[in-house]
Amino acid sequence: MLIPAASVAAVTAPLPARSFPDTDSEAWIAALGAPPGPDRDAAVERLHALLRRAARFELRRRGTRVDLEDHAVQAADDALVAILAKLSTYRGQSRFTTWAYKFALLEAAVHARRRAWQGREVALGDDGWAIVPDGAPGPGVDAETSELLRAVQDAIATALTPHQRSVLVALTLQGVPIDVLAERLGTTRGALYKTLHDARRKLRAELALQGLHPIEGGVR
Amino acid sequence: MSDEPRARLARLLGPAAAEVPCDTCFEQLDVYVELERAGADAEAAVPGMRAHLAGCPACAEDHEALHALLDAEG
Repeated sequence: MLIPAASVAAVTAPLPARSFPDTDSEAWIAALGAPPGPDRDAAVERLHALLRRAARFELRRRGTRVDLEDHAVQAADDALVAILAKLSTYRGQSRFTTWAYKFALLEAAVHARRRAWQGREVALGDDGWAIVPDGAPGPGVDAETSELLRAVQDAIATALTPHQRSVLVALTLQGVPIDVLAERLGTTRGALYKTLHDARRKLRAELALQGLHPIEGGVR
Repeated sequence: MSDEPRARLARLLGPAAAEVPCDTCFEQLDVYVELERAGADAEAAVPGMRAHLAGCPACAEDHEALHALLDAEG
């Protein structure tokens, strides 16, 4: 499914037939799909160990030092539940381990980001857009960028709903991680990104009305 | 704000091109990364992925993390 620049349309593609890129991936699926018993339990334990290793790697890469093993186990637990629930969606388009790793890395990242923001307030207010500076030309701000900054600030104030404004400011200016904001607002990462996308689309439309067409690195 | 104005604008406006949503990004991330590592045209296989990774910092982190883990595995 694509989110086009001008509109949002859901496209549901049929799942491709399952095939396997290698014998290892095929063996994983056979073992995890086996009837309940010692063989399947052993496969699940091997998978959990794989997920723990991936989560540990990611937490370490992000600088987590305190309670690293506890967080790695929690991330692996969450990833394992997700993987077993979605096992039928694995189509063999990548190696099974690559497919499984992404679940562990996601959970580890969510743990790390939430831990980093634990106890930090996320201030969501209608006036958050005011932190956009006035955009006056000066050192490091050329005339084109200045014009765009002013136009974007005006568009944030006039074209967005209060919710769109809060989400846009929190995610793009205050640096609040999207899954942290989703948790605080009781929503999902996907729903928040949709709000962000819609807000950005409105901003671009407002700029276009003024003849401003921002491109990478400038205005055309 | 102390960050560079153009970077701030880029974050506010996001990618101009059509992009996949977060859910699709996660579903296709493993396929996309393996194609990238194989030197194949990953964007052609998952149109809109590159734009999403440019506009969504969390998904970009997941993308970077998967590459880093596969790099470490050798």
